[in-house]
Amino acid sequence: MSWTPADPMVSLRDVHKSFGTLKVLNGVSLDVMKGDVICIIGPSGSGKSTLIRCINALNDIQKGSILVEGQEVNDPNLNKLELRKKVGMVFQQYNLFPHKTALQNVMMAPVRVLKHDKAKAEAAARALMKKVRLEGKEDAYPGELSGGQQQRVAIARSLAMQPDVILFDEVTAALDPETVGEVLQTIKDLAEEGMTCILVTHEMAFAREVADHIYFTDRGVIVEHGPPATFFKNAQDPRTKEFLSQVL
Amino acid sequence: MRYKTDLPVMMPITPREPTPFIGLKPWQILLIALLAFVGPSFAFAQTGIPILTPFAILFDWAPLLLKGFIFNLVISVSAMALGTALGALLGLGQISLSRVTRGFAWFVTQFFRNAPWLVLLFFAMFLLPFELNLFVLKIPFPDWFKAILGLSLPVMANVSEIVRGAVKSLPSGQWEAAESLAYTRRQTLWLIILPQCVKRMLPPWMNLYSILTMATVLASIVGVSEVMTLTGQALAAEGGRPELLAPFYGFVLLLFFAYCYPIARFTVRLERKFAVID
Ligand SMILES: Nc1ncnc2c1ncn2[C@@H]1O[C@H](COP(=O)(O)OP(=O)(O)OP(=O)(O)O)[C@@H](O)[C@H]1O
Ligand SMILES: [Mg+2]
Repeated sequence: MSWTPADPMVSLRDVHKSFGTLKVLNGVSLDVMKGDVICIIGPSGSGKSTLIRCINALNDIQKGSILVEGQEVNDPNLNKLELRKKVGMVFQQYNLFPHKTALQNVMMAPVRVLKHDKAKAEAAARALMKKVRLEGKEDAYPGELSGGQQQRVAIARSLAMQPDVILFDEVTAALDPETVGEVLQTIKDLAEEGMTCILVTHEMAFAREVADHIYFTDRGVIVEHGPPATFFKNAQDPRTKEFLSQVL
Repeated sequence: MRYKTDLPVMMPITPREPTPFIGLKPWQILLIALLAFVGPSFAFAQTGIPILTPFAILFDWAPLLLKGFIFNLVISVSAMALGTALGALLGLGQISLSRVTRGFAWFVTQFFRNAPWLVLLFFAMFLLPFELNLFVLKIPFPDWFKAILGLSLPVMANVSEIVRGAVKSLPSGQWEAAESLAYTRRQTLWLIILPQCVKRMLPPWMNLYSILTMATVLASIVGVSEVMTLTGQALAAEGGRPELLAPFYGFVLLLFFAYCYPIARFTVRLERKFAVID
């Protein structure tokens, strides 16, 4: 019951999820230790987004267990707000709030949700803008920023909540090729600082470089997993091999 | 582009500027139309009959008619304010998480949205008491007050739909981003969703206001002394002379046009502006 940092930060056991009659997750189990970066790869529609959205309770599950720092997510009495303060999320479509400036996007949740002092939150938000290399763009509205810049604001917005783990759902998939690099660099920086990251990605070179562990999903199950070195070289399952031959 | 087919197909529609009618702006056309209407009464006046010309008569009555028109505006603004407040609540009810609230708000909205305004006005007129007894306090319900209540009902239903439509038109990613940042539902609604909706709601809301303003003349049917009632009374006082009808009602038309047309233009401009930003 009492969780210690030596235990997995996020732990999934036999997770089942369906939308109506459509079974999307059919018994997924995985562990993420503090400071780990894991990448989930797999064909479109295999349930990758659904899988990570279950971790912060954006989707509910029908069966199994999801523990975040020892707290059960699959629990009708779950305090979702407390869970989401610990688990950040960055989306493919950035989802910045278009009526707020970049800086306001970053500092709003700390002020409104965490009830931080406004001046402190603003100082922290400015520091984060600098960290994601967007100094000078504080007062720009999302509509005035490029996709890559918006995505970095979204990362800063998530970091501002000081989460223990961040979920990234194909955060470079909607970007122009020129701006993919700057966003991946930002994530790489985070990974090096020891942030726990769960990434869904199609960027294989990136996954190989930053991930501690790779999971390959297909039709709602984890087909194969392992550290990048062995995973990419010695894939065993024919489905993994086929997928890798297509994307590498 | 040529479409090779012998089927009767609809060709692509190319958007057109408002039809330029012999190079005149809409308001110029209306002015001419009005003069054409009113013209015959000039001619009649020039035959030298020793009575006041229709325009002189209209001039005498104009202050009273203007007062009546201002009363119409007061009714329209009050009904709009009340309808907007109630409609906003109902609209929020329509997106409530509670099924019961949602269902109730939906039913009320649909009921009043699909009812003729005049019928609602009659209901308000004849079902409401002429005064409300609150213990010792007697609050009178004059006719104009009932007219405001009656007209605010369809406004309420339409505002409710405008609110619901605007909220539904936002991408679901906005909700999800807010949820994943641990905002409560109430915070999400008030800090993130509704501020973005205001922009989307403004044009249809102003449109509704124009329609409401023009509908205030319905109050004349139930005896409120607004501009139409007063016009009728003025005409009767002048002996119901037929040549007075056109100038008098033309004057009323002109008043409404002068008020509503700028609103319509402004709405179109807002719509264009927001369409560019989005
Ligand atoms: N809200 C929903 N309602 C119904 N079905 C859904 C919903 N969300 C996802 N699905 C379905 O669940 C399946 C898995 O979707 P998911 O988005 O998790 O796949 P994915 O692996 O992330 O795919 P992609 O690489 O295309 O993003 C798909 O068949 C999808 O159509
Ligand atoms: Mg996905």
